[in-house]
Amino acid sequence: MSKTINSILATDCGSTTTKAILIEKIDGVYRLIVRGEAPTTVEAPFDDVTKGVLNAVEEVEDLVHIKGNNGRLIIKDGQIVVPQQGEVGVDAYVSTSSAGGGLQMMVAGVVKSMTGESAERAALGAGAIVMDVLATNDKRLPYEQIERIRHLRPDMILLSGGVNGGTTKHVAELAEIISAADPKPRLGSSYQLPIIFAGNVKARDLVKKELKDKTDLMITDNLRPTLEQENLGPARDKIHDLFMEHVMAQAPGYKNLMAWARTITDEGQNTENVDIMPTPGAVGNIMKTIARLENIEVVGVDIGGATTDIFSVFTEDQVFNRTVSANLGMSYSISNVLASTGMKNIMRWVPFEMPEKDVRNMIKNKMIRPTTIPHLAKELILEQAIAKEALRLAFIQHKEFAVTLKGTQQKRDISEAFSQATSGKSIVNMMSLDILVGSGGVLSHAPRRNQAAMMLIDAFLPEGVTKLAVDSIFMMPQLGVLATINEEAATSVFEKDCLIHLGTCIAPSGKYKQGKIALEVKIELPDGVFEEEIPFGEIRLLKLDVGENAKATIIPKYGNDVGAGNNKELTTTISGGVVGIIIDTRGRTIEFDEKLGVETKRIHIPENETDRVKSLKKWMIAFQAYPKDQLK
Amino acid sequence: MAQAYTPGLKITKSTILKKERILPLKGEVVVKIGDKVKADDIVARTELPGDVIPVNVANKIAIQASDVQEKMLKQVGDKVQKDEVIARSKTFFGLFKSNLKSPITGSIENISSITGQVLLRKPPVPIEVKAFMDGIVSQVFEGEGVEIENKSAYIQGIFGLAGEITGEIKVVVDSPNSELTEDLIDESCEGKIIVGGSMITYAAMQKIIKMKVKGVIVGGVDDEDLKKILGYDIGVAITGHEKIGFTLVVTEGFGPIKMADSTFKILKEFERHKASMHGKTQIRAGVMRPEVIIPITFKEDELKEKQAELTGLKIGSPIRVIRQPRFGEIGNVTALPEELVVVESETRVRVLKAEMKDGVEIIIPRANVEAIEE
Repeated sequence: MSKTINSILATDCGSTTTKAILIEKIDGVYRLIVRGEAPTTVEAPFDDVTKGVLNAVEEVEDLVHIKGNNGRLIIKDGQIVVPQQGEVGVDAYVSTSSAGGGLQMMVAGVVKSMTGESAERAALGAGAIVMDVLATNDKRLPYEQIERIRHLRPDMILLSGGVNGGTTKHVAELAEIISAADPKPRLGSSYQLPIIFAGNVKARDLVKKELKDKTDLMITDNLRPTLEQENLGPARDKIHDLFMEHVMAQAPGYKNLMAWARTITDEGQNTENVDIMPTPGAVGNIMKTIARLENIEVVGVDIGGATTDIFSVFTEDQVFNRTVSANLGMSYSISNVLASTGMKNIMRWVPFEMPEKDVRNMIKNKMIRPTTIPHLAKELILEQAIAKEALRLAFIQHKEFAVTLKGTQQKRDISEAFSQATSGKSIVNMMSLDILVGSGGVLSHAPRRNQAAMMLIDAFLPEGVTKLAVDSIFMMPQLGVLATINEEAATSVFEKDCLIHLGTCIAPSGKYKQGKIALEVKIELPDGVFEEEIPFGEIRLLKLDVGENAKATIIPKYGNDVGAGNNKELTTTISGGVVGIIIDTRGRTIEFDEKLGVETKRIHIPENETDRVKSLKKWMIAFQAYPKDQLK
Repeated sequence: MAQAYTPGLKITKSTILKKERILPLKGEVVVKIGDKVKADDIVARTELPGDVIPVNVANKIAIQASDVQEKMLKQVGDKVQKDEVIARSKTFFGLFKSNLKSPITGSIENISSITGQVLLRKPPVPIEVKAFMDGIVSQVFEGEGVEIENKSAYIQGIFGLAGEITGEIKVVVDSPNSELTEDLIDESCEGKIIVGGSMITYAAMQKIIKMKVKGVIVGGVDDEDLKKILGYDIGVAITGHEKIGFTLVVTEGFGPIKMADSTFKILKEFERHKASMHGKTQIRAGVMRPEVIIPITFKEDELKEKQAELTGLKIGSPIRVIRQPRFGEIGNVTALPEELVVVESETRVRVLKAEMKDGVEIIIPRANVEAIEE
């Protein structure tokens, strides 16, 4: 089917902006041609999402005309034309949507850390925002749970609970609570709230009895059939179906948009519909696709104004996880970053003094005027310090969520017994991670790409050898939905036009030894060999361009590891980027975070104020992150 | 290309205002089209279903869940009084009785023989929606609410706290650049909406609560002081529900910032007039800003809807700077260059040139100014 597609239009209808990209096959390779955008028109006074889509596509047409192809059109008679006929239309039109706040769900399970968590994973993986997790052991009284459901008004509820053959009573209890709340959907009052039951097969009749008349109940396979097994696929598919049938169909103009989203099916002129995907679900899809095709481990982050989404694919089984840190963002919720991490953690990254009062006022002013941009260098440094904390906190949440199944009885081999592998252990492994991809305004639009690399390294603390990249214009959602109909086109554009390769980070894990040598490094660069014994507490930046590779031999010291084992030499090929190779010997030591009340890995920053400022300035200069004269 | 500047907050001496006053769920509208209403008049009312209280009857009187239905003295739909016996079990050949009393006055919602739970519902809670501003009922949404229309002087704030109030305006500072300090607040401020200049101090906020001042309109406020008044840090910008003893409308932002001359002038002109105001702020899709509404007399034929126009910035347009440097200052656009310019932070942005009040011409990102609507 895919070989017949020569032109693709993909749109992403966000809450504020609708983005459109045009992809065409040129000399046998799919490439991004142009990108257009226009304000989303899902709210009053327009109340029709297709107007914003047509405006964005008109901009695409204009830009194609500017490029010299004057006859090319995509819209005819106020509609997107599929398939392409001559110079008019495209062979496929696909779209994602997060307009109107995206898909908002509540999930419920018997035990919060078991079926509750599995249900949460299913909903997040399908691209939803999880508003709350109900569980029989969530320490709330039933009336509090009922009040919560009535107050939140989700788009749908995913009810799970009980492994097959397990408890039915607790599942019935949850169904009773949902029934008592008599929940109403957020959009439109003319239909019943969709509820998916994906729990113990033996509890199906009880759930039906309680909820069939009051809600639009769907039953699907148990998402946790046994304690040792998660089966999230059927529940996720059901969420997608209901998202299309209920949530999307209620939103203004979406019926037309759903009818427009089509692709050709064969050499002829037949076409079929393509489902509209929730934006984060589509981003997850492209991450999974890339991880599978290249057999790599991936972490992706999208930091927005209100929320931070983190996606990861880890382990041999390519386990996918997504988390949404709902109130960690750079404008709407910037103030919550301060409230969550505290002033001390933010100012830890700032190499100059600023009265707390001024910092607080600056943060609040950004919150109430979210579209302003830092004019002064000091304000940029401060905003990027806040971004590091938002990313760090979101990643801590992600690591706590991306775990092996809890409550399982594991058969261990001898090595696992020694490594104390337990159920509920995070599967996020920064040493084996292959690539870290950043997107969102503060990363994608940083004035210098070096700043994006610095923010990613300071927040995520990659270990060993890790590639870094940013999504230049945030087209991952469109590519994610495109991957469902044409993987080749999606991956080709992802690699060639979407990602900006920043370079590679080399960092030893583990202990920091003041004044000692951390690494012996030899890198065969195109313009000569770099060879140095690098002490702890340093940053080195080496030039290695996009598309260039270099052979590196790295020997870590003092029990540190760069991927081959403690103190073991690693020889590998590393790839370049617009920033180059960054060697980071600032340590990855475990410290107690007073504000968060947990032990976390941090880079070693001196406690003493003078030394701290001196170190930060030294590293920022080495990163070439800011103009030197601004750091004086 | 999209407009790269913030459309200014609306500040005007006279505008036709329409406000929807909608019930949280269906109910009864108690006014009709054409009725003249005062801010405190009730326009619609409904009843919110009472809270649900689950009681595990099976556990409480030590019976099987499957026996609950049989042991209930009340059935689904029946009304119950607090402490009324609703279930009874007999044990040991009927010698001992175990009674279960209702913890609330309400009705029986559901009886489950699977879990042994009985759901009790409290009586409904009446909800009333007031007109909020003096005006005329221009539309009725059957069972849902109304639209009130009037002619008003109108000021949109940038940020606020706490809910709807009405009160008389009293200006307590002598210039838009003056601080609102505690010594300016006395008994004469009780029940009023007072107007400050560039900033309100923490001590002044405490005095406001003590003197039972209803509301404050001021240019700026320190976030540290707000944290002390609230007892917590504001996380995300959704406000309006705070219980701090007064309603706050901030017109410019955080920190000491001179109140815009035009805002101060309007408030001064309408001193001693009755105003309706709220501090509800939500900064996201569907932005909501705090409002000060000062109804003025009008004839009904004046209430003609004008289409809002979104005009771009032009040479000569008045603007206000909304970020450092020169935060809060006012000037006029002198040039709108098309090409992107690199500013001190090295960000490449669309800029404009403006001549400021002190005669200095500055270059500033368009995203960091707001148009002042006349």
